[in-house]
Amino acid sequence: MNKNIIIAGVGGQGILTIAAVIDLAAMNNGLHVKQAEVHGMSQRGGAVESHLRISDAEIFSDLIPRGKADLILAIEPMESLRYLPFLSKDGVIVTATEAFKNIANYPEEDSIRAEIEKSARHVFVDAEALARSVGNPKSFNVVMLGAAAPYIGIGAEQLEKAIAQLFAAKGEEIVEMNLLAFRKGLAN
Amino acid sequence: MTNKKLLLGAEAIALAAIDAGISGVYAYPGTPSTEITEYIQRSKIAKQNGVRSKWSSNEKTAYEAALGMSYAGKRSLVCMKHVGLNVAADAFMNSAITGVNGGLVVVVADDPSMHSSQNEQDTRAYGRFAYLPVIEPSNQQETYDAVRYAFDLSELVKLPVLLRITTRLSHSRAAVLQQVAKAQNALNPSTEKKNWILLPSNARVNYAGLLGKQQQLTDISEASPLNKVVEGSGPKAVIAFGIAYNYVMEVKQAEKLDIPVLKISQYPLPEKKLKAFVEKYDDVLIAEEGYPIYEELLKGFFGNAKFRGRLDGALPRMGELSPDALAKALGVPMPELKAIPAVVANRPPMLCQGCGHGDLFVAMNRVFESYPAKHVFSDIGCYTLGALPPYDAISTCVDMGASITMAKGASDAGLHPAVAVIGDSTFTHSGITGLIDAVNDGTSVTIIISDNATVAMTGGQESSGDGNLYDICKGVGVDEAHIRVIEPLKKNMEKNMAVLKEEFEYRGVSVVIAQRECVQVMLKNKKQRNKTAAAKAAV
Repeated sequence: MNKNIIIAGVGGQGILTIAAVIDLAAMNNGLHVKQAEVHGMSQRGGAVESHLRISDAEIFSDLIPRGKADLILAIEPMESLRYLPFLSKDGVIVTATEAFKNIANYPEEDSIRAEIEKSARHVFVDAEALARSVGNPKSFNVVMLGAAAPYIGIGAEQLEKAIAQLFAAKGEEIVEMNLLAFRKGLAN
Repeated sequence: MTNKKLLLGAEAIALAAIDAGISGVYAYPGTPSTEITEYIQRSKIAKQNGVRSKWSSNEKTAYEAALGMSYAGKRSLVCMKHVGLNVAADAFMNSAITGVNGGLVVVVADDPSMHSSQNEQDTRAYGRFAYLPVIEPSNQQETYDAVRYAFDLSELVKLPVLLRITTRLSHSRAAVLQQVAKAQNALNPSTEKKNWILLPSNARVNYAGLLGKQQQLTDISEASPLNKVVEGSGPKAVIAFGIAYNYVMEVKQAEKLDIPVLKISQYPLPEKKLKAFVEKYDDVLIAEEGYPIYEELLKGFFGNAKFRGRLDGALPRMGELSPDALAKALGVPMPELKAIPAVVANRPPMLCQGCGHGDLFVAMNRVFESYPAKHVFSDIGCYTLGALPPYDAISTCVDMGASITMAKGASDAGLHPAVAVIGDSTFTHSGITGLIDAVNDGTSVTIIISDNATVAMTGGQESSGDGNLYDICKGVGVDEAHIRVIEPLKKNMEKNMAVLKEEFEYRGVSVVIAQRECVQVMLKNKKQRNKTAAAKAAV
């Protein structure tokens, strides 16, 4: 078992919460985990990514080698393309469809969609609509985690358990809401 | 389930230091070192044990306080980013001459590739410069264990021990197994006055003592579990320093290469181990995360051709290493890669929506429209992003505090208006002394302190001059008529522009304090208030 995952987005979009759930689920399953993240200047509205590696064998590099990512999980469509050199030949892109436009020269959304379609196997997720349907737009990232769950190499029930653990301190209501968001994404 | 904790490299250092029995941590925030101190500040155990952890004004004050705690016999940790050690260098270099009493570990986090920094200087050079032992762990568990080891080593050899990490280790998580915690040292102030009073007569003796310890340090490196050989068959071999070891092993594992690897994580170099290894092979790749310090040394002035690395182009001359760089250097063919489509636009960091720095820059830019040229000396913090569009507001960013002193020098040369923009925390870090120079010299400068009441870029740590900036400026002698306080909001634009224009025109030292709370801190505080209110309502 060996999965290399790049989680991509824009500073402040909550990619580290996604990483934390996968980390926890992997640890619970006795797997090795390494997860590199971006702190500092780029967090101010810049492009950010996390390299997440899980394996049943020892993991040496904190960074995923180019061409060896199994999954790009993107919270923003243009960001899904930024890390393409890392994606393996058969790798999958799971991306939200909602563009985050904080730059003046944001490209045509259709051209981004077209590039994703021709670049790799892909799953588009209308994460905002799904998050709204569970009553909390902030659960956007957990919806995305649900949509990517089939490609993570850890069972959905294990990821749900990790969500419950991670959000336990925030109360049962928050746990339930996030589980609902996860399932919405999974059923996407 | 295991009892392992998933920790960033930075957090592994923090937890290890608490478990090693520190009585205090001293630091000024700086990426990628900030999370070490933050972890200790949040730790319940550290609180219970009375470990002091408040932020210092700058790295020099932090270092000296840590040294003082060591003098008193207790263990102390001091943390900074690489350029922070430049600020603390005077204390650092001389602490090698005094030596320590309680264990002192100096953690310096380097930032190769300059993710959040203005250079990629390699702290290991400082280690050699000071003749101090340096530890450079490769992964999170080794980092945890190395901190305990470094404290013990510090007390054994009576020297500060430098622990060097880089961004990738500091900001990457892996599982860490904790050791049994050690109790803090008892208060036991040093009585060895000659060690601590660096009069030349004492300093000469101490320096000879430091030189005399070098063989012992080498012997310890020789036996250190941090330096080890991973067997393989020749004729090609790799010497991997610190985190470079991970990348070599990644390639070795993935490609099933049988190359021998010598891992170095403790300096001074273990000479015998190194010599025995090097003699066996004809082609030795030297992989260092940072400057090719040891490559230069091993290659020698006349260039022993069997050593390859950053100097001959086998590895990139600058920037952080990666598994890809190591694969290439070891002759592994790169798979065909997907390219980044041309449609992808850059997304650089930027000031937040509703940030006061932005409204200040707009006002300042508009005032400058009435001048033939705009020169604004700036500094290090979120407001450095004022260099980027749409603001294009600043002309310089060099080192902490340099805005004020560079504006002074330019003013001395005849530039008018000479304007500096500095953050509140950078001002108390290294700006006050420059302001005193300007006051004493009667220089025509306008210092704008963009005061958001926090250290924002590194995540909103408390700012040491919070609430006192006006009094500080007054206290160092700035004429109160020219200490102006403005609130950089859109609705105050015209008023603020008038204030700026008046002070630009004043021939003397003026300070404009532009006060508006950081929008990120405001949100965080609001969340905290809501939480507290909810908790109260529940009771």
